[in-house]
Parts: sequence; structure tokens; C-alpha cells
Amino acid sequence: MTPNKQTYREATSKYDPVLGIECHVELNTNSKAFDNAPVQFGGQPNSAVTPTSAGLPGSLPTLNKKLVESGIRLGLALNCKIEQDSFFARKNYFYPDLPKAYQISQSNKPIAYDGYLDVELGDGEVFRVEIERAHLEEDAGKNTHVGGADGRIHGATYSLVDYNRSSVPLIEIVSKPLTGAGDRVAEVAAAYVQTLRDIAIALDISDARMERGNLRADVNVSLRPSPDAPFGTRTETKNVNSFRAIERAVEYEVARQADVLDSGELVFQETRHFHEEDGTTSSGRPKSDADDYRYFPDPDLPPVRPQIEWIEELRATLPEMPAAKRKRLRGEWKFTDLEMRDVVNAGALDLIDATVTAGATPAAARKWWMGELSRVANNEGVALAELAVTPLQVAELQGLIDSGALTDSLARQALDGVLAGEGDPAAVAESRGLVVVSDDGALTEAIQTVLAENPDVVEKIRGGKVQAVGALVGGVMKLTKGKADAARVRELIMEMLEQ
Amino acid sequence: MSTISIEEVKRLADLAEIGITDEEAERLTEGLVVIAEYAGQVSEISDVDVAPSAQSIQLVNVLREDVAGTPMDPEQLLAAAPEQEDSMFKVPQILEEEQ
Amino acid sequence: MSDLIYKSALEMAEALQRGEVTSAELVNASLARIAEYNDVVNAFLTVDEEGARKTAEEVDALRAAGEELHPLAGVPIAIKDNIVTEGLDTTCASKILAGWKPPYDATVIAKIKEAKLPIVGKTNLDEFAMGSSTEHSAFGPTRNPWNTGLIPGGSGGGSAAAVASYMVPLALGSDTGGSIRQPGAFTGTIGVKPTYGAVSRYGLVALASSLDQIGPVARDISDAAALQELIAGHDELDSTSLPADPADLQGAIEDRLAQGGRGLRVGIVDQFLGEGFQREVQENFNRAVEDLREAGVEVVHVSCPSFDYALPAYYLIMPAEASSNLARFDGMRFGLRVVPDVPNPTASDVMKATREAGFGDEVKRRIILGTHVLSAGYQDQYYGSAQRVRTLIRQDLDKAFELADVLLAPSTPTTAFPIGARIDDPIAMYLNDVATIPANLTGVPAMSIPNGVDDSGLPTAMQVIAPVGADDQMYGVGALIESLVSKRVVAPPHAIVISEGDAK
Repeated sequence: MTPNKQTYREATSKYDPVLGIECHVELNTNSKAFDNAPVQFGGQPNSAVTPTSAGLPGSLPTLNKKLVESGIRLGLALNCKIEQDSFFARKNYFYPDLPKAYQISQSNKPIAYDGYLDVELGDGEVFRVEIERAHLEEDAGKNTHVGGADGRIHGATYSLVDYNRSSVPLIEIVSKPLTGAGDRVAEVAAAYVQTLRDIAIALDISDARMERGNLRADVNVSLRPSPDAPFGTRTETKNVNSFRAIERAVEYEVARQADVLDSGELVFQETRHFHEEDGTTSSGRPKSDADDYRYFPDPDLPPVRPQIEWIEELRATLPEMPAAKRKRLRGEWKFTDLEMRDVVNAGALDLIDATVTAGATPAAARKWWMGELSRVANNEGVALAELAVTPLQVAELQGLIDSGALTDSLARQALDGVLAGEGDPAAVAESRGLVVVSDDGALTEAIQTVLAENPDVVEKIRGGKVQAVGALVGGVMKLTKGKADAARVRELIMEMLEQ
Repeated sequence: MSTISIEEVKRLADLAEIGITDEEAERLTEGLVVIAEYAGQVSEISDVDVAPSAQSIQLVNVLREDVAGTPMDPEQLLAAAPEQEDSMFKVPQILEEEQ
Repeated sequence: MSDLIYKSALEMAEALQRGEVTSAELVNASLARIAEYNDVVNAFLTVDEEGARKTAEEVDALRAAGEELHPLAGVPIAIKDNIVTEGLDTTCASKILAGWKPPYDATVIAKIKEAKLPIVGKTNLDEFAMGSSTEHSAFGPTRNPWNTGLIPGGSGGGSAAAVASYMVPLALGSDTGGSIRQPGAFTGTIGVKPTYGAVSRYGLVALASSLDQIGPVARDISDAAALQELIAGHDELDSTSLPADPADLQGAIEDRLAQGGRGLRVGIVDQFLGEGFQREVQENFNRAVEDLREAGVEVVHVSCPSFDYALPAYYLIMPAEASSNLARFDGMRFGLRVVPDVPNPTASDVMKATREAGFGDEVKRRIILGTHVLSAGYQDQYYGSAQRVRTLIRQDLDKAFELADVLLAPSTPTTAFPIGARIDDPIAMYLNDVATIPANLTGVPAMSIPNGVDDSGLPTAMQVIAPVGADDQMYGVGALIESLVSKRVVAPPHAIVISEGDAK
């Protein structure tokens, strides 16, 4: 792979980039799109198919209601119109992972069309990405290439096919060409897919994890000399599987195409593959207008005509959209932009929201989730939401601190117990005997021990360095195993030293 | 229907993944030309303003609840495979990814 | 040879219920008949002696134990070999599926097994049901029991011949453009295409999904009604299955026979008279209409001008759907795999070689035609127009059914023709189906009933076509016609007529 001669910035200063993105969202349904085989990942190959998803002769498709509902809900969330006379078509092509040798998809009457999505970049600038369509379809099986280098298709001597993924439901969202993004086009591409991901999760229609292939993006890029010139020839970079990779793929393609155009040659219409290792793309299959999929309405599936009442029922199930929710919560919680971005990136927004709903203050909720709990999650290598603690328990824990029943330190110990599955915070505090010692007699004894062990510190304080008292308080806390009320300890130390 | 040439028959056979010799193409073309011409009579009504019917019976919104059932026994499914390996269908090398 | 085989299915059922005969005896008689004649008739591609005997013994044991059984339990049946049967070869008469044992049962098969009808075997057909003569079977043509020098019709020639030669009293067929009715007409049997969606297609290897329908083959209408009642009903596995409960067909027959022709209005379709129809076919049709008139039936004429486009539209829609339906036969998961003799063959190379070797000429011709029809640039002009023809035919039929309760037409333009006579003239072959195709394009039910013989003693037949869902009405009128024309109808020959050169 030869590096590009010019940088992405140089390229965008010379050419106007045009972006298009096709996203496949794999749904988290119980059963497949067109048969009742379970949707299952991993497990024994070919153990999650029926005659229909195996494409056996004589088998027939039946349409999963959840697929249609998910399509309508996603369409509504993307500000689309809902097609009143939608149908499924057959897209005919031969490939070993496609058991019927056609994919059931939608052609000229997709379930949702003509929408838009406002995408906010890191600095708050908003780009509107227009949506051409969102259509329903089925996934293909999975090929494993054997005999070639590192499982790649090239050089493989044969392939093994597992149809467990065959007919898993997908929604494909196709953007209209996005123009005018200039040197921010790569950021917009990544942010658009990220926003789509957030919406899919908020709608609970997909796990939308790029690394697992629940969300797959194909990125189209073309360049033109100026914004009033016609669109140039585009390339389609397939299956880019992280937000960062999308940004890099766009940057690379823009610069590469600019090199091609600068040298007076033509951009070749083709699919390209992105390489994570060095951020380059390489040439794949030529894509021509001669691809002849012979679409026609699938005679095995009657048309889908969603009644207005049904659409309105589904509209009523839409949650607040993630962008709107973030905006509202930022206002309510009075977090800074930086704090808010950290919270969102950590996946803590909904957890904090739930903790606040359960009675904690936004600041306290943020402190727990972004502090102690983030540390634990990080150590364990899991997502915050996967920790064995609920927002309700976090709020209860904070309540125990606020009422003076626990100190910060005791609360952390209680949290350990909650995470270890010992029960709710109050119960853990009781069973572990976590109580604040505020009895002056008990504290005085501990303080005297600490004072006696630290004559130098005592000397410093007496000499006017009052801030050194912290070390003594810490010593007392340690001695009392964190059960002491730190504020009272400080008061008592000062009283005793003044005597 | 437009007349079908031998070249067109070869292109269509390729699209339909049917191997075809020149002699076969020639033989098939003969019959196809006659049938295509005959079937082409429908274009006489291409101006008539009625909606097309993709199906013979007018059902709509036939939907299944999203409940998973029992899948097939993989061994039973694979029993018919021309070749298999590790519970998967073994197929010859694949050239380029589609889709 | 036991006379048992000449009984109708319902007669066999009654004899079983009265304990006069056992299912094992019926199955043995059926298997003996097959053993005697299948070599020359070639109605069966697979005979399942063991499976049929096992079911028969089970039925006999249950009956002896006083268990309640389905009325048809124990009556032998044959299945067209494009309907999947778990563990029993299903070839579609194609080399590409030779030896394939499906891992599941079609819905109709599940129902037949539940009712415990012994399945004696799988019957021959034109490869993937593409044909009108059963000459396009990869396993040799089926012969017409009336004269083995003649074709039995197609594509369901095997089922029709099996029933006409008394190998079985009942069989299942599939009708995409007339594949049950036309062989019925050529073999003097009853062939019924039910309303589209009345019988589940799940497990029928698709030819053209929007046209295909499974239906009964029998020697009389009551038998056909009993079989349709057994296989009909809503099926969640078929999205085009009608939600309605199956009609009481045997009751409808009784009612109509009791009532006679009173209160009935039939329409003669003008498009199916005159030119192109053999003289005796027309004469026997006219006589039957006369009989109806004498029985008090009101006869009107209806015109369905768009029927002229039915056959051309069919030869666009059928191959288009077929080209897609038959794409899954690619040598990857089941059936034949042919690896070409080239260095490092790819999946695509293997698919091409497999499909080249596995499909016969007629199948290739239709796949290529269908690919052409759907291909970019032709789709709207041809496929779109064909789908509009379908709408026009429905509109014509809607109007016709305002004037008449059912419509009548000859089943086929001619009687059975000699093997080889039309094999090289596709249009002449396709014209066989001119009168049967409109029902497939619009989903209405239609049945073929023998109504006499031609000058050489071969059966002629006519159709009763009813509105969507009015299968009961169709059966009632069919039974009335059957009773009225019985004086002219000759039963299929008990001794199969073996033409010169076909003798064993």
C-alpha cells in the first residue's frame, strides 16, 4: 500500500468531498426475519436454522412483526415518511452464503423514506444528514475461508458456510449524498454513524455494537472540483467496523482520490476494503451499473400496508431521542460541556439519569459513576452498565452518606459488598458492621494514640502549619478502619492541640 | 419482446449460473426467440391503466409474532450436504465478496 | 388381481370402517398393481413399500383397538414428487435433486401422515413441473394408461396416470398453469386446483410461487372433495395461506345433488369456444351444457376478452418466478454437485457446472427466459405488463361472476396426443394450457371433469371455475355435471392399453 501524496486537509482544500453512508443495523429480535429460527450468535454452526433460513426446497418465508415495527419506529425516529404500500422484493444473486440465491429485501417501496438526522460534532457544530430510505431485509450466512493466509478470501482453497446468521433481520439506512461538509466530512461520517447507533440503542431495536458486527457501515466518497460541479465517481468502502475507522477511511479515500484526480486520471468505481493496521483502503470488486439483481416483488410475502393507527401506536412508544435527552440533561444537571462529554463517552448518561431519578443529586451521581464505579469497571474490563450495582443502590448509598450514617470511606466499603452481591447498601453496612464512630470518648483515645505516634506533625501544627492536620485525621481514620466521622476528628484534634 | 440473440442467451446463462456451450446456446436461442415473441404480446396492453398484481390473492399485513421456535437438528440439515466439515457446509473457493 | 383397486377412495374407506378389508390388503393390492404396470406406465419414481405397509399395519392395529380414526385412514395415496416428504426421495424429476431425502415434511404431508393414509410412493412429473406432457422428466416419460403411446398430460402426468391406472385411488398434484387439470382431462380423472391459499404450499418445491397450488387427483368428485377437505386449511408457515376455515365440500356436493339444477346460473366463457378446440372436445362440452339446461340450470354467455393475453402473461410471470425459485439448486447445500475439470474451480465454476449438468433443456430454457424477463431494461415493459394482464383478467372474472355462479369451459383444446408429437414445438405444447391458466393467474378454484370421449375413445373434459373461496360451490356443480354426463363418460381402462413397441 502506497501512502497518499497529499494529506486529507490538502485534499479538502482543493476538492469538494461528497459523502454517502449505508448502515446495516442488525436487530435484537428473538426470531429471524422470515422464519422462527432463534437469533443466536456463536454456538454450534448451523444449529439455528429452519428449512426456511437454510433455503431448503419447498420452504416459505413468514414475516416477523417485530422487524416491521422496528423499521417503522426507526423510520419515525429518523424523521422519515412511512410507506403506506410497502412490499418485499427478491434481490437475486448467487453466493454460497445466500441459501436461496436471493435476498429478501425491499426495492422501490422501502418501509421508511425521506428523513433526516441532525449530527452534532464535538465542538457543537450541527450537520443535517438527509436520509433517503430505511429498508428491511435479511442477513446472509457466514463464510469462513480456509487454507489462505489469515482467513482472507484470497488464496483460500475452500470455504465453510454456517447459516446461523442467515435471515437475521437487518435494517439498512441509506443516506442521501451529503455535501458541504468540507474538511469536516470525515468527522461527520463518524458522528453520523455514532448518532444512528445511539438511536438504535435508545429504541432498543439493536445492540448496535460495531465490533460485533451488529452495526456495519459502508462509506461512499467522491470528490468534485467545486460545489457546483456534478458529482464525481464514487468508491464504496465496505464494512468499516469502528467510528474511528470510519473517520480514517474517509480521510484516506479523500486524499487518495485527490491524488488520482491531480494526476489527471479517473477514479475507478469499485468497492474498497479498509485496513485497520495502516488506515488505508485497497481495491476490491469493480462495481458497475451492470449489476443486475433482477428485483421483483416476492410472491411469497403479501404487501405490508401499515394503518395510520398502528403507526401512531408505534410513535407513542418512541423514547426521547439521545441528542435531545443530552441537551435537556445538560441543562438540568448544570454539567460543563467537558463533563457532559465524558459522561456520554463513558456510557454513564442513562445510569446517572436513573440515579438522579432515584434521589441523588446530579453531582453526587456523577461522582459515583465517573469515579469509584468507573475505576472498578475499568479494572474488571467491563462496561459501567454491566456492573452488579443498580442506580437505585447508588442513590441509596449516597443517601446513607447524606444522612451521616456512613462516611465516604465506609460507603466505598459498602459498595464493595454490593458489587460482591451481598445485598443493598444498608444491608451490607449492617452485616459488615459499618457504622460511623462519633462517640467523643472512643475518638479521643484513637486521637491520643495518633498524636503520640506523630510528635513531628504535632510540632508543625503548633508551629502554625494547620494544614498538616490532614495527616493526623488520616491516621485516625486508618486506626478506626474508616468508621470515624472525619469532620468531628478534625475538630477534636484542634481542640486538643489548643489546650 | 425484443429478439434474443445468442450473445444475450450466453449473458443470461451466466447471470443464472448455468454453464452453456455455444452449441447449446444456439439450440436454446431458437426456442427462446419464438416464446419471447409470443409472450411479448402482453406489451399490447402496456398502455392500459390498471395496477399490476404481483399476487393472485389480495392478502396484506400477514405477520408473525417474534417468538423463536425449535431449529432443525444440524446433523439432519448437513446430511444432504455434498461435502461438510466441522458442522459447516464445505464449498469451493469463493472469489470476491458480494454485498 | 384383486378387485379392491377399482373401488373409489370413499368406498375403500367404508369397507375399512365396516371391517370388510384391512389397510394392509389395500396397500398390498396397490403395490401389486404398481409392480405389474409401473415398468411401462412409469407413474412412480419412488415406491415406498416399507413406509406404506408400516402405516397400514398401524391403522389396522388402531382400528382393531377401537381407536377413532380419520375417515380416510388406511386408504393408499400417491404424492407428486415435487412435494417434500421427510426421509423419502423428492426429486422433482430432476437429476439435480436425485437422491435427495428432505429433512422435513410439507404441511400437506404432515396432514396426510396425521390422518394415516399410507403413502405408497412419489409420482413422476415434468422436471420441476415445467411441462404439459411429463416428457420433460429426467427419469423418462409417464405413459397414458388409456394408450401407452400417448402422453398423460403434465406436469402431473405421474399422479394422473397412477390414479387412472388404479394404482391408487387418490394422489396429490400441483397446478401452476393446469398441471393437475390438464392431466386429469387426458386420463379421464378428476383434477382440482383449489382456491389459491386454500391449501398450504409449505413444502411444495416452488415453480411459480404466485401460481402454484396443491390439489387432489381422484377418479370421482366425492373422493377429490374428501382429499381436499383433508389437506386444506390455514397454515402459519405459508404467508399466502387464506385465513378462512376450509369449506364443507362433501356437504356442498350432497346439497347440490339434492337440489339439482334449480337456482343455479352457469356462464359459458366465449373465449374458449371455436377455433383451436378439437371438434369432439366442443361437442362433449356442448352436450354437458345441454344436460345442465335440461336439469334446470340457467345458462348465460360471458366474455372475458383479457383471457387472450393470459397465456403470454403466464409465459412471462411463470419463468420469471421460476428463475428465482430454482436459483437455490446450486450444488452448495444439497443435491448434485458437479466439479468441473479446471484448475482450482471456484464456487461459481461449480454452480455453473452443476446447473448445466443437473437441469434439462426445458428448465434451462425457462430459467433463461425468466432471467431475461426480470433483467434490467425489460422488467417494466414485460413483467409489469404481465402483472397488469393479471389485474385485467381478475376484472373480467369479477364481471363474469356477477352474471353467473360458476363458469364453464373445456379443460384442454384437444385430447391426449402421442409421445414426441409436440416436444419440439414449445408454443404448440404451451397452448395445451390456454384454458387452464386464467384460474392460476387470478387464484380462483377450478376443476376438470371428464365429460365424454372423442372419436378414438379418448377422454374429453370440461372445467368448472368458481369465484375465490367458493370451492364448495365448484364441487357442488362439478358433482351435478358428473352425475349428468355419466352416460357418456367411460372409466379408465382396467387393462392398460399397451401400444405397439411399449410391450415389456
